[in-house]
Amino acid sequence: MKDFRVTPIRNGTVIDHIECGQALKVLRIIKVTGDVRSTVSVLMHVPSKKEGWKDVVKVEDRELDPREVDKISLIAPKATINIIRDFNVAEKYSVTMPDVVKGIIKCGNHNCITNKNEPVEPEFIVESKLPVVLRCKYCDRNQEDFAERLA
Amino acid sequence: MTSMTFKGMDIVSIRDLTIDQIEQVLDLSEKMIPYATGEKITKALDGKILANLFFEPSTRTRLSFESAMSRAGGKCIEITLPQTSSTVKGETLADTIRMVEAYSDAIVLRHPHEGASRLAAHFSKKPVINAGDGAGQHPTQTLLDLFTIKQQLGGISGKNVVLVGDLKYGRTVHSLAEALAMFGAELTFVAPPLLQMPNETAKLLENEGVKARLCSNLEDVIADADVLYVTRIQKERFPDLSEYEKVAGCYRIDNILLREAKKSLVIMHPLPRVDEIAPEVDMTENAKYFQQAFNGVPVRMALLTMILGGELR
Ligand SMILES: Nc1ncnc2c1ncn2[C@@H]1O[C@H](COP(=O)(O)OP(=O)(O)OP(=O)(O)O)[C@@H](O)[C@H]1O
Ligand SMILES: [Mg+2]
Ligand SMILES: [Zn+2]
Repeated sequence: MKDFRVTPIRNGTVIDHIECGQALKVLRIIKVTGDVRSTVSVLMHVPSKKEGWKDVVKVEDRELDPREVDKISLIAPKATINIIRDFNVAEKYSVTMPDVVKGIIKCGNHNCITNKNEPVEPEFIVESKLPVVLRCKYCDRNQEDFAERLA
Repeated sequence: MTSMTFKGMDIVSIRDLTIDQIEQVLDLSEKMIPYATGEKITKALDGKILANLFFEPSTRTRLSFESAMSRAGGKCIEITLPQTSSTVKGETLADTIRMVEAYSDAIVLRHPHEGASRLAAHFSKKPVINAGDGAGQHPTQTLLDLFTIKQQLGGISGKNVVLVGDLKYGRTVHSLAEALAMFGAELTFVAPPLLQMPNETAKLLENEGVKARLCSNLEDVIADADVLYVTRIQKERFPDLSEYEKVAGCYRIDNILLREAKKSLVIMHPLPRVDEIAPEVDMTENAKYFQQAFNGVPVRMALLTMILGGELR
C-alpha cells in the first residue's frame, strides 16, 4: 500500500517534482480558480526521494494541454507530469523546456512592437535554461519577472 | 562573387552579420568612396528601387540613404508617416510593409517601437534594413562607425575606444560596443553613474572576452584614447536641470581637454551634437565627425549593392 499524504485520486494529473515554492504559480498556470469543481491538492515543501525538497500539485479529472505544460516547464524545469487512471500512474513524462517560447507570454517591454496590435505572436529565444533567460525575438530584451506574466 | 551570400538578406541587427560579412561591407565601402563623392559614376543599382519608410523624423539617416541609392545608380521612393496617412487609420505595420514591398526592391525602416524591423522582415519577402527601431538597433550606423575607425587608424583590433556620454539610453552605443568587442578593440565607458552602460550589454561584452573599463571622469582616460566617441546627454534623463548642467559640463570636449590627448586621437559623434563638442574642436585634426557623416554614404552604397545583388562596374 502506498503512503499518500492526501487522498488518492482515481483519475487526473499529478504534477510532481515542482521546484520548491512554485506550486501556487503552477495553480495559476493551470487556472485553478473558484469555479473549479474537482478536488485539487497542493503539497508544499515535502521531501523528495531524488533530492532535497519539492512541491506537488494533484488535480482530479483533468489532463493538461501542451501549452500549460510548456508554461510549467519555464518555472519548474524538473517537473514530471503523471497521468493517473484508475488510481495508477498510467503515463509519466518530464516537462521539457522548448528552445523557442511562442505565444504563451507577452513581452515585458511596453514599447515592443509585439505589444502594438500587430498580427504576430510574441516569441522568445531561450538563451539559458538554468537559470531561465528568455530574450524577445523582436525587441531583443531579456524578460524580467516573466513568471508573473505566465498566468 | 562573394556578395552573392548577401543578396536578399535583412539587416536588422549588427549581430545578423558575421565578422567576415562586416569586413566584406567595409572593403566594398572603401571602393565606393570615389562614387560616393561623385568623382566616378556607377550604374551598380540601375533600375532598383529603395523604399524609405520613416515613421519618425530623421534627416541624416534618410538623406544618407537617399544619397547612397542615387550615387549607386538606383532610385528611392519615400514614405514619411509620422501623423499622416494610413497608420492613424489603424493600419498595422505588417500591412504597410506588404504594400510597400510591392513597390520596391528593398525597404529601409525607421520606427519608434523596438522590434519593428524584425517584424517587418518577417512579413516582407524583400530585404529590410533597420534604420533605427525605438531604443533598439541601428546597424548601418554601427557599420559606418566601424568603417570610420578603420579608415582613420588602419584597423580596429587593439585600439582603445572611449565611449562617452549617455551610454544607457543612447541607441548607437550598445551595438557599436558589441561590434567593437567582436573586432578586438579595447573599450572604456565614460558616463555619469546614472547613464552608464547597462549590465546586459556589459555581460554580452564579457562573453566576447572583453572586460571594459568603466569610469566617470574623462580626464582620467583621455591620454591613452585612440578614439573618443561622443554622444549627447539628454536633459530629459535628469530629475532636475541643475543636476543635468553639472553632468553635461563634465563631458564637454574642448581644446583644453585635448592637450592631454594623443596627436592621432580620432573624435567621433553620431550627430546632431548640441554642445558636447566645442566648435573650436572642429578646426583640429582630431575632429572626424563630419567625415564620419560622409562615410554613411559609401557604407550604405556598399550594403545596398550587396543586398540587392548589384555589381560595381
Ligand atoms: N492515485 C494517486 N493519487 C494521487 N497521487 C498519486 C497517485 N498515484 C501516484 N501519485 C503520485 O504521483 C507521483 C508519481 O507516482 P509514482 O508512483 O510514479 O512515484 P515515483 O516512483 O516516486 O515517481 P518519480 O520517480 O517520478 O518520483 C507521486 O508523487 C505519487 O505520490
Ligand atoms: Mg517520487
Ligand atoms: Zn519584445
